[in-house]
Amino acid sequence: MTLWSAVLISSALVYSWKLFGYLVPKRFVSNPKIKELAALLTVALLAGLVGIQTFVSTGGITLDARVPALVLAGLLFYLRVPFVVVVVVAAAIAALLRFFF
Amino acid sequence: MSSKQQSITAVSLGVGFATGVYAISFGALSVAAGLDLWQTMALSLLMFSGGSQFAFIGVVATGAGVVPAILSAWLLGVRNGFYAIRISPVLNARGLIMPLAAQLTIDESNAVSLLGEPDRKKERLGFWLTGIAVFVFWNIFTFLGAVLGSQIGNPTDWGLDAAAGAAFLGLIWPRLSQSKFLTLAVASAFAAISLSAVLPAGVPVLLTALLAVGFWLFGMRGAKK
Repeated sequence: MTLWSAVLISSALVYSWKLFGYLVPKRFVSNPKIKELAALLTVALLAGLVGIQTFVSTGGITLDARVPALVLAGLLFYLRVPFVVVVVVAAAIAALLRFFF
Repeated sequence: MSSKQQSITAVSLGVGFATGVYAISFGALSVAAGLDLWQTMALSLLMFSGGSQFAFIGVVATGAGVVPAILSAWLLGVRNGFYAIRISPVLNARGLIMPLAAQLTIDESNAVSLLGEPDRKKERLGFWLTGIAVFVFWNIFTFLGAVLGSQIGNPTDWGLDAAAGAAFLGLIWPRLSQSKFLTLAVASAFAAISLSAVLPAGVPVLLTALLAVGFWLFGMRGAKK
């Protein structure tokens, strides 16, 4: 198989998941219990991503500049600082820590 | 425009840009893995799902062949299907709009849309604006990354990896005031980190879906009493 056909086949397969959710019958997805499950899934998957993106690198579990940046971000969200500001500050803190240490 | 709508607009564009910039590293790594510029662009335009794209080029880079690359990209795309189930009744998309909406159904668009709950208008605005913003920036920065490659330096020097974690934290933040969601989030993060020591990349995050199902079943049982 060529690399090009692999690119196209895998793109189609990834798209099929996205499309699948829209083809599920409406009366099923409008059920409050299913909506509750979908909200729980979103929070679980994103929280899992936050954990991986902050504590894991290619070499395994790692503590580095990302950890203080995330702690600071949590504090700023708690203080109701606007979203975009928090994201920029988190990046800046991680970049500064890496520059100096 | 209400202030809540303005803030959803600001969050959408902020998320779109912050996520999009990260595609610089995708573009650079993809070319380094042996894909050409147009194969790299095809992944960002057609696959358009960060986790799957990084998995695909990561497996290709190891020389494991294209079949494992296809399989890992496919498996990592599952969560978009969960998101689609949540968004489908919100958008009520018909005709040609539906396949377009499907392509934009990713972590970020679903999460910003969730911020707008229970207002359907805000949920829709958050989904479309974020989806389009991420798509545009993601493809622009993939191109730049692929063309400029290592000349830009490592994205981590700019703290972009920390920005990604902070952005996702911000997107679930409003939910965390409910103890049910807070407990689930802490358990999911902890499980994903621990499992990453023994499982291949991408799988630990997927397994947090089981925790969500567990919380869901437990919640239903509690509600009956």
